[in-house]
Amino acid sequence: MAAADKVDPIHQFQIHPIIPLHIGGYDVSFTNSSLFMVVTIVLASAFLYMSTASRALIPGRLQSISEMAYEFVGNMLRDAAGKQGMQFFPLVFSLFMFVLVANLIGLFPYFFTVTSHIIVTFTLAILVIGTVVVYGFAKHGFGFLKLFVPHGVPGYLLPLVVAIEVISFVSRPVSLSVRLFANMLAGHITLKVFSGFVVSLSALGAVGIAGSVLPLAMAVALSALELLVAFLQAYVFAVLTCMYLNDALHPSH
Amino acid sequence: MFVTSAYAQETAPAAAEGDTHAGTAVPAAEHEAFPPFDAKTFPSQILWLVITFGLFYLFLKRVVMPRLGGIIDVRNDRITQDLDHAARLKGEADAAVAAYEQELAEAKANANKIGQQASDAAKAEAEGTRKKLEAELEKKLGEAEASIASIKAKAMKEVGTIAEDTTSAIVEALVGGKADKSEIAAAVKSASR
Repeated sequence: MAAADKVDPIHQFQIHPIIPLHIGGYDVSFTNSSLFMVVTIVLASAFLYMSTASRALIPGRLQSISEMAYEFVGNMLRDAAGKQGMQFFPLVFSLFMFVLVANLIGLFPYFFTVTSHIIVTFTLAILVIGTVVVYGFAKHGFGFLKLFVPHGVPGYLLPLVVAIEVISFVSRPVSLSVRLFANMLAGHITLKVFSGFVVSLSALGAVGIAGSVLPLAMAVALSALELLVAFLQAYVFAVLTCMYLNDALHPSH
Repeated sequence: MFVTSAYAQETAPAAAEGDTHAGTAVPAAEHEAFPPFDAKTFPSQILWLVITFGLFYLFLKRVVMPRLGGIIDVRNDRITQDLDHAARLKGEADAAVAAYEQELAEAKANANKIGQQASDAAKAEAEGTRKKLEAELEKKLGEAEASIASIKAKAMKEVGTIAEDTTSAIVEALVGGKADKSEIAAAVKSASR
């Protein structure tokens, strides 16, 4: 890797094929992104599996973490969508764990951040909205469309309100995916830019090294912030998923 | 840009590999696309995301979540069980205390009853004894009164004879000669009346 590449904040988002693969004219190579998806699920699965292997009545630290995550997501879903919503617990839990672990792994230097690509977050968002739409229609039939017709709205306002509701529903997958993607992307670019300053300034000699203390402190602070953002965005993604699933269960406002 | 050179190097082997993919031969301008918006990588990312996330979902649903749920359920059951056990023990303790108190109360009542009985019996006995003694005393008193009366009567009778004797002696001394006994007796009788 060229020295100059280290200062380029966009380089970290590039995707390189590791095992080239083409099916039906599409490039479906196993890339560094795919590799980190695999790393994400292997790490998350291994952690959840091994920490609970002893099935201890009094949990150890690792088992406590797994249980906390499980109960955290479970309570979140129960609060948002009620007892009926618990049938989506595996989906919400997998989404939360996947996004959380992907975000956290991305914080390591030289590691790829799966969630910093809009197509990944958008696919996850489509999965959520797709579940909502399919389940909503399967459960309520056309009654699901009541979602777009709030109660107690005067007749002359109804077309406007319905239009707004439809737009807000359609924009959900976009907002859900862009929120996560943009947070991860912006955070990693900022982190890279400040770290790049440290490298560039240090190359300028003694004065530069002294001056690089400032961006270094900034990079440390940003790392802490990014850790928070990694948790927060996984949480936000899971909470919004719960709320959308609640709409599928109870379409009437 | 640095990106271009680096990316071009990496894509070069793919291009050399064969012409199966037309996308590898696109002009350099398209390579400069911001990576997250580079649509060429979308099919691969979607496919691998579906595969990995699908596997992850299945693993969590089939293995991890039943296990975690089981652990938490077992713990909750255990806690409920322990609480029930504690509640039962407390109930038993309460029952034991109640039984003890009842027994204590019964014993107290018994003791009172026995005491009462004893005191009643003692009172009754004392009353009986007193009555017997009183009756005896009454009888003795009666007897004594009767004997006093008889003695008195006898004494009064004797007083008559003494008076007659004395009268006859006085008459004899004063008058001389013997006085008629029956006269004297009548006189005494009328005088003592």
